[in-house]
Amino acid sequence: MEIQFKDVSYIYQENTPFAHKALEHISFTVNSGSFVAVIGHTGSGKSTLIQHLNGLSLPSRGEINIGDFHLSADGKPKNIRDLRRKVGVVFQYPEHQLFEETVAKDIAFGPKNFGVEQEEIDRRIEKLLPAVGLPKEILERSPFDLSGGQKRRVAIAGVLAMAPQVLVLDEPTAGLDPRGQREIMDMFYQLHQEQNLTTVLVTHSMEDALAYADKIIILNKGQKYMEGHPLDVFKQAEKLQEVQLGLPEVIHFLNQYNERFGTSLTYQYQPMPELAKEIKKRLEVGSHE
Amino acid sequence: MDRKKLVEFKNVSFQYEEEGALVLNQVSFDIYEGEWVAIIGHNGSGKSTIAKLLNGLLMPKDGEIIVDGKRVDDDTVWDIRKDVGMVFQNPDNQFVGATVQDDVAFGMENRGIPREEMRERIQRTLSAVRMQDYLITEPHRLSGGQKQRVAIASVLAIAPKVLILDEATAMLDPTGRKEIMHTVNDIQESEGLSLITITHDLQEIVQADRVIVMNKGQIWEETTPRELFLQREELREIGLDVPFVAQLTDELRKQGVPLKEAALNHEELLEELWKFNSKM
Repeated sequence: MEIQFKDVSYIYQENTPFAHKALEHISFTVNSGSFVAVIGHTGSGKSTLIQHLNGLSLPSRGEINIGDFHLSADGKPKNIRDLRRKVGVVFQYPEHQLFEETVAKDIAFGPKNFGVEQEEIDRRIEKLLPAVGLPKEILERSPFDLSGGQKRRVAIAGVLAMAPQVLVLDEPTAGLDPRGQREIMDMFYQLHQEQNLTTVLVTHSMEDALAYADKIIILNKGQKYMEGHPLDVFKQAEKLQEVQLGLPEVIHFLNQYNERFGTSLTYQYQPMPELAKEIKKRLEVGSHE
Repeated sequence: MDRKKLVEFKNVSFQYEEEGALVLNQVSFDIYEGEWVAIIGHNGSGKSTIAKLLNGLLMPKDGEIIVDGKRVDDDTVWDIRKDVGMVFQNPDNQFVGATVQDDVAFGMENRGIPREEMRERIQRTLSAVRMQDYLITEPHRLSGGQKQRVAIASVLAIAPKVLILDEATAMLDPTGRKEIMHTVNDIQESEGLSLITITHDLQEIVQADRVIVMNKGQIWEETTPRELFLQREELREIGLDVPFVAQLTDELRKQGVPLKEAALNHEELLEELWKFNSKM
């Protein structure tokens, strides 16, 4: 589903002394099937933006189109339940929201609420488990007896079981160990591709933004600060520096390398061995001059 | 070198439930005065259990733990907690005071420290974490990184001999993380504390003097960060990673670039490459 923000502003507690502008004049389009990373400091408006994607918040000004759904200050669309079924949100630390007696019941809670038949839910769960990397035996266990990484997978399965078309991920790897982080992100990326999802990833990790996104939106103090393809955004180190954001490490290193050796090696998603080859080649060429 | 042992783990085993799996299995290590040790390992490897055993939140099933010459048991636990300060992961679970200075005062009040002394320590420890301008600020007005810095000040105010950071930066954004590591660096230099950081963050590991790697409840390796990051494949097998610089160094070696040292940061790697370049 395409996501379109048109001049969206959001003001908390408008018309009170506590009024606070969380989003100001935000416009952008995320194409259907795109993987977009939203980056910004704490307080930049990322969470507020996410809340607009499934109608938890409505814009104070401007309008939002998500597929056929239309959100504006005029009120909730009548079919907001459909919107919430189609836009799955994985909030931060989603495992804190597990509550059922068994894993199976917890995963089924969302779709059941939306009136999906138990048979269909069972079918979905059967397909989902291998995708999120959980064994079948886990279904009858209490979610509270699982490890942190497993709990998170169960919570994610609960969102996926609603068969969303848009997946919104709010720092989905926070607190996991390096392997857990990589596994979860690879899992989302695979789902994104296989099910042709539109994915919105909120992250602090420039590395993840570079590795998975085809578009980056940077927020600063409630405003859109930059937007573009990751390789283009990360060419603008100084502009990022102005809002205290860094570069992915590989690009930062290559910049330093180029400065020191007078070369112009650029990052084009080369795997690490390829990068090592290129560096070696430049060293050899350089020494013959 | 004749350094004083501050913490000794002697064949410590622990399980949460009778009959349950051993979370720690015969773990032994020493930590010396003034040393910075990082404890790393995958989720569930036993790292955090070590922290909880260290200040008597848990008691070992087997073996013993000595902190500054005292064996940790039910009789010594209150003394031990004066020596071992801990900062946990979630900044919102650690605030007890209505203002920053109240929060720092809380631990001292519990230990009966005189009022004048308290005032002086509040000033000193909040300055150490660069939060001296926030004495009467309410906690909800602080960022996550600022809250964690106050939590560190509160712990420092009771003058511990060991400071444990149990994934204290995991819930912070990159700015908050930098703030904390900067603070911790300063404090380690000025106060000469022993520091134990339990972490997944590779940059935190790089700064430590020594690393203890946990795997499935046992010590997998005890070494320096530099040595550790040479073991890229092995670390990957136990669910851990090496930093970008170590990965690239490894790949460059495979390409036949004879890099001697295992670089810990960009500058070191560039320097090594420069040496290689001028030799060719």
